[in-house]
Amino acid sequence: MLLRKVSQSSALCGAILRIPPALSAGQRQAGAVQNARLYASQAAEAVLEKPAAVGADAASAVEKKSAAAESKSFAVNIFKGQIATPQVFPFPSALNEEQEQFLRELVGPVSKFFEEVNDPAKNDALEMVEDHTMEGLKEMGAFGLQVPADLGGLGLSNTQYARLVEIVGSHDLGVGITLGAHQSIGFKGILLFGNKAQKEKYLPKVATGEHIAAFCLTEPASGSDAASIKTTAVQSPCGKYFTLNGSKIWISNGGIAEIFTVFAKTPLKDPKTGEVKDKITAFVVEKSFGGVTHGPPEKKMGIKASNTAEVYFDNVTVPAECVLGEVGGGFKVAMNILNNGRFGMAAALSGTMKAVIAKAVDHAANRTQFGSKIHTYGTIQEKLARMALMQYVTESMAYMISGNMDSGATEFQIEAAISKIFASEAAWVVTDECIQVMGGMGFMKDTGLERVMRDLRIFRIFEGTNDILRLFVALNGFQSAGTQLKSLQKALKNPLGNAGVLAEELTKRAKRKAGLGTGLTLQGSVHPELAPSAELTVKAIEQFGAVIEELLIKHGKKIIDEQFVLNRVAECAINLYAMVVVLSRASRSLTQGQASAEHEKVLCETWCMEAHDRVLNDIKLLRSAESKKLFKNLRGISTAMVDNGGVVAPHPLGF
Amino acid sequence: MSGRVLVGVKRVIDYAVKIRVKPDNSGVVTDGVKHSMNPFCEIAVEEAVKLKEKKLIKEVVAVSCGPQQSQETIRTALAMGADRGIHVEVSGKDYEALGPLQVSKILAALAKKEEAQLVILGKQAIDDDCNQTGQMTAALLDWPQGTFASEVSLEGDKVKVVREIDGGLETIKINTPAVLTADLRLNTPRYATLPNIMKAKKKKVVNMKPADLGVDVATRLEVLRVDEPPQRQAGVKVETVEDLVGKLKETGRI
Repeated sequence: MLLRKVSQSSALCGAILRIPPALSAGQRQAGAVQNARLYASQAAEAVLEKPAAVGADAASAVEKKSAAAESKSFAVNIFKGQIATPQVFPFPSALNEEQEQFLRELVGPVSKFFEEVNDPAKNDALEMVEDHTMEGLKEMGAFGLQVPADLGGLGLSNTQYARLVEIVGSHDLGVGITLGAHQSIGFKGILLFGNKAQKEKYLPKVATGEHIAAFCLTEPASGSDAASIKTTAVQSPCGKYFTLNGSKIWISNGGIAEIFTVFAKTPLKDPKTGEVKDKITAFVVEKSFGGVTHGPPEKKMGIKASNTAEVYFDNVTVPAECVLGEVGGGFKVAMNILNNGRFGMAAALSGTMKAVIAKAVDHAANRTQFGSKIHTYGTIQEKLARMALMQYVTESMAYMISGNMDSGATEFQIEAAISKIFASEAAWVVTDECIQVMGGMGFMKDTGLERVMRDLRIFRIFEGTNDILRLFVALNGFQSAGTQLKSLQKALKNPLGNAGVLAEELTKRAKRKAGLGTGLTLQGSVHPELAPSAELTVKAIEQFGAVIEELLIKHGKKIIDEQFVLNRVAECAINLYAMVVVLSRASRSLTQGQASAEHEKVLCETWCMEAHDRVLNDIKLLRSAESKKLFKNLRGISTAMVDNGGVVAPHPLGF
Repeated sequence: MSGRVLVGVKRVIDYAVKIRVKPDNSGVVTDGVKHSMNPFCEIAVEEAVKLKEKKLIKEVVAVSCGPQQSQETIRTALAMGADRGIHVEVSGKDYEALGPLQVSKILAALAKKEEAQLVILGKQAIDDDCNQTGQMTAALLDWPQGTFASEVSLEGDKVKVVREIDGGLETIKINTPAVLTADLRLNTPRYATLPNIMKAKKKKVVNMKPADLGVDVATRLEVLRVDEPPQRQAGVKVETVEDLVGKLKETGRI
């Protein structure tokens, strides 16, 4: 009978059976060309950590295994139309009593330092962090927050780090980048991948700020396409050292660093085929090795206090002990460093938003126009409310991800990417609206908002542009959804043996089609008072899961070229993750009976209402015939512009 | 002389916080409000730590009287350089009624017990503005006092204190043991750095009760009401001198 059920839905079966070739293992090699291009971009980092990228070494075998296992990541699961709660409910509290106590003691002095010693306007004007501030920060221990205590740092967890970085972000993003380029990426590779000797050699000096660190990936011809770097490291015949040559651009701390994490191509012989291929390797390079020079500080739009410079490597002799991770494993090192640092940006920017919002609220509460305080007008109320929503979402994401990381989660790359995208865009909108609320006053330099606005702009660009990260979010999601479909295809080959699975899947699809719930629920996880918001979230996830499957069936492996589609898919994922983080946080506040619980409930309800609609609109568009037309139009307009060297239509006046 | 300095550190509502009076006028709202070390106490700690850095004294002991959270204030003092802490736990009703006299008794008992050469306190706390604890402690101990200090130099068993007084500066030399209170210009307190906060975790804080020191914290004062400062009323603009005179007459001012 089950069999008959299966055959009755022949259309559906056919559809499912049609996709797998695109995703099957046999196609991996064929897809290599396609992959090679994607390998280039960070967008495909996970897609690329698959065998095609690394070869059949032990590491990738482990990765394959873990990919096959059930993922605990919420974001991964929504692409399969499933809800995985372990990482999102209850809202993580990753600090033990001692850590919390220590953090409480740290928050005061750090805030005080930024209120009383650091002068952001002066740092901005001088285009450097004032000397006494820099010294103060070093004494403060701000350069070694996550270095283990026995190696001279503070040994902070990710959550503790987030809380302190938030303070930095609320005062001075230029200083934030100086500190972040140093420890979030500069020497993070040594923390994550360094061996004992490397840790003992380098960490004590970078922890005190005696040595500043920098992360050197970007090159003139290699931005988002990180795999296309040209810097080379050629191993000596004796194997004891590498000779490093190349140049890196836009390196934060490039002009003041002593320790560099450098990515370079190393020619490697494939043990099986004997073919020589270039693989990326990560190195720790000391300025004192000789041959390391840098250009003048770059003139920038914002974060002027942070040093940015070109760094040149001219026949630098790098001892083999300085290889970070494995020879040829540099891409993984780079991506892991970036993945592990993204939550910090969300934390810092939630602090930035809090600070600028306070200014706007103060102005709105005290400014009188047309006989009333301007906060009594709906226009201003909506602006302030939206600022609060975006700050709440960002802050919730930052601490959910840092909490996940601290409790040992390994799968958080989609979430981390989402938090970076969301935080950088939210902070931009919030600050822009703060300026708007303050009117002419907001535009004045002395108000301090124009500096924040300039400083914020780079956050949508660096450490993986938001555009690349959107593709990354979508492709990572599609990859796991594809794996699921593939196993479904296998099950179809042996319908009798897998009758249970198939029945379940078919019922799910039939129900979804009929507009019935598929049994997904957040009941039990979400506070009962938030049930309506939870329901909206579940509905949106069901529809999202369905459309992902439809898109996979429709585009197959070509989905990776459908950027118009991918961007909208990523947008949905971002909204869905935002919904669930606020549901989780507001639920906790309600459960704990916090004084702000009612307010948070309203924030959560409001966010979910609007996010649900945004997701469904995107899904509607993706399913509609108009989308094809729309995307074709956009493509056509762009092509014409490129052919024409700018806008195409002649001036309305004819000249 | 033991070369020991006892420093009092009081936990108060942070100076940057906007104070709100409780609806029943029994006091001010402290729940969920940011607290930190009284700024004058920070100056006192800094001075003591400086004396130690100059090797003029051997040990700095930070004392705080109050609830559990007062330990955080002691930790701050330890992070600034104090060697160990004493937390005299006073909570609930006793804490609400804790005033200069009770604290002086505790400090005097501890000064004797610890054989302190100097007791350095802030000249006043920014919450109750009493400016009495230093003076009372000196009286209870029958020690000399150097209040409102803007300069302190330890010279053997004597201490030279430059005091800020209404007419200018007064320089006195007193015998130790003595009680000093710190004025604003005595020094600029250092920041507790994060590595020092971490190291301070290893420093000892002893917990005791007033009774352990034989001190009775019963109060003889009763707070009747706490009010916010009166709000300034809006004024009116007058067009002419006649209007002004008329208004003043109306309100009975002239």
